Amino acid sequence: MKAPPLSAVTPDSFRHSRSRASQRPLNLRNGGPRKKSEATGWVSWIAVPLLLAAPALADTPLPPARLADTQLPDPHQEAEAEALMQTLRCVVCQGQSIAQSDADMAGQMRAMVRERIARGEKPSAIRRWLIERYGDYVSYDPPLSAVTAPLWLAPLVLLGLGAWIARTSFRRRRRRRG
Amino acid sequence: MKRLLLWLPLIAFALLFVVVSSGLLKPNDHLVHSQMVGKQLPRFDLPAMVPGMPGIDTARFADGKPRLINVFASWCIPCMAESPQLMVLKQQGAEIDAVAVRDTPQNIAGFLRRFGNPYTRIGDDRQSAFQLALGSSGVPETYVIDGKGRIVEQHIGDVRAEDVPELLAALKKAAG
Repeated sequence: MKAPPLSAVTPDSFRHSRSRASQRPLNLRNGGPRKKSEATGWVSWIAVPLLLAAPALADTPLPPARLADTQLPDPHQEAEAEALMQTLRCVVCQGQSIAQSDADMAGQMRAMVRERIARGEKPSAIRRWLIERYGDYVSYDPPLSAVTAPLWLAPLVLLGLGAWIARTSFRRRRRRRG
Repeated sequence: MKRLLLWLPLIAFALLFVVVSSGLLKPNDHLVHSQMVGKQLPRFDLPAMVPGMPGIDTARFADGKPRLINVFASWCIPCMAESPQLMVLKQQGAEIDAVAVRDTPQNIAGFLRRFGNPYTRIGDDRQSAFQLALGSSGVPETYVIDGKGRIVEQHIGDVRAEDVPELLAALKKAAG
């Protein structure tokens, strides 16, 4: 497949910086209108990489949904939504909650959470809806199941083990003393 | 007791060996698989994205014909990479409906002009609402839907040449 010229599929806002970035290095190579003064030389050395670092073509040109970054007018509902967002995993960035993530999809998920809370839905129902679609993975508050059971039971087992070790060692000491 | 303790390091080593070798044999899967596979498509009704091509809704997927749903976007590079394979799928008789995620009609029209149009319909999912309802975690993804509107399979990431026979087989199997 031939590589497409980027500008054709680049949203307008990106297009300018892109095309400028692609022209600059050509000028440099041809020794074009460059050596004006030492100062502009330095500027171009810094400016060229900066221009090349223009936003990559891998994100939507659309603005995020209104409620992605706007709080709900009702502070109680907003607190509820915020608490839920802290415990939902961003499925794109995976290591972050949707409350922390800058990914576009996390923004859309935040908007969805706020919309549903504003509509009067319970946070637990929203969490269930997402788990139905993405599995337990999407929730940072794992429910008890065959897979997560060791996670919940391990502390109890370890506590029991500790008590047993303590008991035997106390007993031994008492025996030695007595 | 003493005897058991003597064996303990070897047992611990064996356990560790099993853990590590199983990790080597079956590398970690970082993909988020949709839990909707095996279930009915969620109810949806997406308006048309580009003029001349209708949008898609749930009713369409109950007419007995298995189809693919390709979740894509013009701003997604793997979507460009998979377009030749989608064209092959179309030529082999697969019917592909599309959902354009977070995109504009102009960009989609440009994308189709550049990479060809393997789709019969394109629905506009401007706010990712349908994407979330599907349990899709990114673009591109391709879903195999049977004739009764049940999701049979999910392909995550771009469709490569080696995936084409698999998808065709899944469609054939879904047709019964």
